[in-house]
Amino acid sequence: MAQRIDVKDVSIYYGSFKAVEDVSMTIEARSVTAFIGPSGCGKSTFLRTLNRMHEVVPGGRVDGTIELNGQNLYAAGTDPVAVRRTVGMVFQRPNPFPTMSIFDNVAAGLRLNGERNKKRLTEVVEKSLRGANLWDEVKDRLAKPGAGLSGGQQQRLCIARAIAVEPQVLLMDEPCSALDPISTLAIEDLISEIKQNYTIVIVTHNMQQAARVSDRTAFFNLQATGRPGHLIEMDDTTKIFSNPTEKATEDYISGRFG
Amino acid sequence: MSTVASTDRGTRPTPPSGSLVPQISRRRVAVDRIVTILVWVAFFLAVVPLAWILWTVLSKGFSLVLDSHWWTNSQAGISPRREGGGAYHAIVGTILMAVVTAVIAVPLAVFTAIYLVEYGRGRLARVVSFMVDILTGIPSIVAALFIYAVWVGVFRQQRVGFAVSLALVLLMIPVVTRSTEEMLKLVPNELREASYALGVPKWKTISRIVLPTALSGIITGILLGLARVMGETAPLIILAPYTAFINVDLFGGNMAALPTLIYTNFGNNIQPQLDRMWAAALTLILLVLVLNIAGRFVARFSAVRR
Repeated sequence: MAQRIDVKDVSIYYGSFKAVEDVSMTIEARSVTAFIGPSGCGKSTFLRTLNRMHEVVPGGRVDGTIELNGQNLYAAGTDPVAVRRTVGMVFQRPNPFPTMSIFDNVAAGLRLNGERNKKRLTEVVEKSLRGANLWDEVKDRLAKPGAGLSGGQQQRLCIARAIAVEPQVLLMDEPCSALDPISTLAIEDLISEIKQNYTIVIVTHNMQQAARVSDRTAFFNLQATGRPGHLIEMDDTTKIFSNPTEKATEDYISGRFG
Repeated sequence: MSTVASTDRGTRPTPPSGSLVPQISRRRVAVDRIVTILVWVAFFLAVVPLAWILWTVLSKGFSLVLDSHWWTNSQAGISPRREGGGAYHAIVGTILMAVVTAVIAVPLAVFTAIYLVEYGRGRLARVVSFMVDILTGIPSIVAALFIYAVWVGVFRQQRVGFAVSLALVLLMIPVVTRSTEEMLKLVPNELREASYALGVPKWKTISRIVLPTALSGIITGILLGLARVMGETAPLIILAPYTAFINVDLFGGNMAALPTLIYTNFGNNIQPQLDRMWAAALTLILLVLVLNIAGRFVARFSAVRR
């Protein structure tokens, strides 16, 4: 199910502004990869290029190649809509659809792509909600609006919604930054559980979180504001947090940056 | 205001010893009181005319409106100086013209707003937006004259109800476009992104996520536009001469409407005519009220759920 991603020489632009320069990396299948780095270093922007969400921003443009299992996501004939079905995403702020019930939120991805079979939808919704550790909390009120849940539940609802379309890869853009520690723990447990089936990439500002959940960590940095962000180094998480190769990484992790 | 400031300056209160937080200054208390009074005065100035209008129309119009003949009969065969007859012909005319106007104007306006908010970039969007602004500023009589010039002048057609609808379309499009635009802009971008991230194409994101989220606001805008359009008189005078008879054919013959019923009965100062005039005014207000309530009812079914 899960597949690996090979990134080669990717530069990302907003109009004429180069936000990220020359990133190459390999993201392993069935593992959790964390992106860390200071604000504005382009880690979220880079994450959004992995499912071609960057180009929905006016002026957004990407150079280089990103291959999912050998297939270039940025090849001329590739449909960005199809890419996003394969590479799902969870956002910083929980964003359930406000017009929809809990059930409809989880079913949205399938329904909007044409699935009408009630029985299959019911199965997928239950499976996804179980997968997101939310089933027991909401099974009695599936018809209630999704916006009525707590912040942590809403974020797990969004994860359920994302995995309902059975993507190969799950991108998470600071999924816990709007949540309290208990909800954060619930999401982190969830990440460790579902990594057997998905390739997971998570952007986080919380270095303990990166150390807790990820197998590999990539550190992004920028020389100054207005300059493009770079990938400084990428390695096993234990190595990055104990004995990083680059001095910049060590400075950032130990709090001596700037 | 300056007097408040000057009296205050000499007597700024000193905090009592031991207190870190100074007491609220007299100047702020005075300003607060003055502004509160001003706001209340402004509120009453705004409410008094509204209450006055409602009271006048209700007190002068209600006796005829309560009569069931008013809702079922036309003015056919009734001498203007005599009592009797109803407004059925005018109500039917107003509703028919309003429905046709809405059927033409709403899709145009909503699609224009969708273009401006979701797709429009660069020059074309700026031109379209500018055109909508210009359309907003067109007086109703100019819109009516334009349609007259095209309908009667160029196409050699009779003056009929449909021509009125065309003129009203010109007046309704900018109102609905602007209100729909505002409502679509209020839909958070995160919802669009959430939908894209599920692999949903843009058009489906707009039709299934963005529009339903903004629906109640869009409907409110449409109803406001309709309310404005139903009271327009200039296009009726120019394009649809009043008749006392019932006519449901938008493409043939004269057609009555509530504003022209009011206008026809205005000016002679005879009691039966005055009664009819006020009753027609009240009927128009009631029609808009019913539309509003119906719209709210529809919006509630698909509104944002909490």
